[in-house]
Amino acid sequence: MLKIQGLRATVSDKEILKGIDLTVNAGEVHAVMGPNGSGKSTLAQVLAGHPAYTVTGGSVEFDGEDLLEMDPEVRAQKGVFLAFQYPVEIPGVSNAYFLRTAYNEIRKARGEEEVDPMDFLDIMEQKLKMVEMNDVMLNRSVNTGFSGGEKKRNEILQMAVLEPKLAILDETDSGLDIDALRVVANGVNALRRPDRSTIVVTHYQRLLNYIVPDFVHVLANGRIVKSGGKELALELEAKGYDWVTGPQGAAA
Amino acid sequence: MGASIDTLINREYQAGFVTDIEADAIPRGLSEATVRLISSKKNEPEWLLEWRLKAFRRWQQMAEPHWANVGYSKIDYQDIVYYSAPKSAKPLGSLDEVDPKIRETYDKLGIPLHEQKLLAGVAVDAVFDSVSVGTTYKEELAKHGIIFMSFGEAVREHPELVQKYLGSVVPYSDNFFAALNAAVFSDGSFVYVPKGVRCPMELSTYFRINAADTGQFERTLIVADEGAYVSYLEGCTAPKRSTNQLHAAVVELVALEDASVKYSTVQNWYAGDEEGKGGIYNFVTKRGKCAGARSKISWTQVETGSAITWKYPSVILQGDDSTGEFYSVAVVNNHQQADTGTKMIHMGRNTKSTIVSKGISAGKGNNSYRGLVKVLPKAENARNYTQCDSMLVGNRCGAHTFPYIEVGNNTATIEHEASTSKIGEDQIFYLKQRGMSAEQAVSMIVSGFCKEVFKELPMEFALEAQQLLGITLEGSVG
Ligand SMILES: Nc1ncnc2c1ncn2[C@@H]1O[C@H](COP(=O)(O)OP(=O)(O)O)[C@@H](O)[C@H]1O
Ligand SMILES: [Mg+2]
Repeated sequence: MLKIQGLRATVSDKEILKGIDLTVNAGEVHAVMGPNGSGKSTLAQVLAGHPAYTVTGGSVEFDGEDLLEMDPEVRAQKGVFLAFQYPVEIPGVSNAYFLRTAYNEIRKARGEEEVDPMDFLDIMEQKLKMVEMNDVMLNRSVNTGFSGGEKKRNEILQMAVLEPKLAILDETDSGLDIDALRVVANGVNALRRPDRSTIVVTHYQRLLNYIVPDFVHVLANGRIVKSGGKELALELEAKGYDWVTGPQGAAA
Repeated sequence: MGASIDTLINREYQAGFVTDIEADAIPRGLSEATVRLISSKKNEPEWLLEWRLKAFRRWQQMAEPHWANVGYSKIDYQDIVYYSAPKSAKPLGSLDEVDPKIRETYDKLGIPLHEQKLLAGVAVDAVFDSVSVGTTYKEELAKHGIIFMSFGEAVREHPELVQKYLGSVVPYSDNFFAALNAAVFSDGSFVYVPKGVRCPMELSTYFRINAADTGQFERTLIVADEGAYVSYLEGCTAPKRSTNQLHAAVVELVALEDASVKYSTVQNWYAGDEEGKGGIYNFVTKRGKCAGARSKISWTQVETGSAITWKYPSVILQGDDSTGEFYSVAVVNNHQQADTGTKMIHMGRNTKSTIVSKGISAGKGNNSYRGLVKVLPKAENARNYTQCDSMLVGNRCGAHTFPYIEVGNNTATIEHEASTSKIGEDQIFYLKQRGMSAEQAVSMIVSGFCKEVFKELPMEFALEAQQLLGITLEGSVG
């Protein structure tokens, strides 16, 4: 599904990703862990196509196509979804309208018919239940005045509605209480299917109790320094990042 | 990001074509003889000519004001054509007689002059250069006692009403451009809604400047008698020309006891090209008077056009418990300049005003909000709420706010909120990541920003505003 080879990227002329290799097959869940500033969000943003990041080397293949050649909206239409670490506020635009527009754009790109507002509300009802959100949220402006937890739930709601092939969750767990964490995990687990994959970016092992990964990678200083199975996360939790990165890794 | 926003905002001006039609125009220049000539062309009664002449003499003593935050080269008032009418326009012609070329012009603009094809529930008065070329639904409205006709016709058919209210809100001596308008105004619309009548349809005037080097100086006078209600829409376009054209209109609204007037404008004058060449100078005086108790006047404007816009739709809150509202979206791009805002003059007790201004600046555009809230000593318990938001697109544009508050009664409550934001790369990226194009993303962000104003527009106009700003309105209306 996703094949990253030797990926290098800079932001403001500073090299952040220094050669990433990562392959994610259909149906797999990968966790990417690492200390703050190691480049986890940069990797997520580069995969989604944020214009502030410049790819300086390497390649990314998505379903056999060159992902880096595609505009961000095309990546989204082809099924790449990023749950943002810091979701953006769009004042005055209702969450329902925003979600329906996104949903219809992705349907259009797939050659499917657009859904009218009434039918969309039916679809939403079920998705809202899944993330334990009240439909009041649909009438509020996108992320505007949302608490940190509400913003993260809203990301998961969007993911549940858009049903991406590849979901990248960037620290969706940080700042969440146990209940919200469970909701996020349920959302991800409900989406798990043999033809879909997930990359869970997280700083802590906690979320991985709920979303059990097939593989765990440790990112430090712009490189994947260690990969393993789900037990690697527990080991990291017990021993700290210094164990794999050395003290200088954590200082970045 | 810049490129995508630019393509959205820099859409071709769709109304920039010229209609090839023979015109009856008078020579350039302005003198007492010009004023007399215009008046005689319109077969006006003596009192109106006298009024024009008083205005003209007053204008000659006035100096062009320059306090607005706009810059432009000197206007040569002797180089303007003050009257131009399509030759075929008959003063009392019925709609069926409208020249096919003019009909075609309005069709192209999406304003069909055939009643059966009209948007349901909107009556239109079409003003082409200096004259009205047709008013729809006149008979239907007459059944309710509503008068909706061109200004010229109203002078002939209802002289007592026109004489009573003309200049009662904007006197000819009010300001330089109002005096000029009073001297040379050629046509416009007149509306009278009798006591207790709720106008069953939207009334609208569509102004089209066609002839070159011609100024358009129209006057609109709307009177809502006791307990009456009317919603009025104004639209405007002009061909693309490389020279600047002057538009100096006057709009007067009168609301008597318990009456309500809602006035909406979607202004789309030609704004000049990317270098700032050509375009309309739009210097307009718009004012309403809440003359009676519990009356209400509401201005809503969406300003996308003009090279230079200079206008302040205002409300004089004379009646006790009267309400004034001003909702505005002003967009400037390229070299456009807008200095716009409102004045709310509180005279009566318990008067209330609301101002919501949204300025969007792109390119090298310069957008200024200028607002005055004035509470006179006798206005007990006056209340004002002002919200002034600016949105910047790119780094070369400007937004300025000049709020003036004069309070002469200490029971007044005045609230002012202001904000400036920038369309962020992160906002656009967020929406793109959800599958939307850059254009959709900008539309969505801008429509969200303008939501409070758009929801005040009548449906038909909301759609036009949507097209103008390239905005999917569904989200902000629903
Ligand atoms: N837009 C940006 N401008 C400048 N520096 C950035 C930007 N984004 C990230 N960085 C820098 O890149 C490094 C990696 O950041 P990030 O990918 O956010 O790390 P993580 O998500 O692992 O905490 C940090 O040193 C951070 O300061
Ligand atoms: Mg991060």
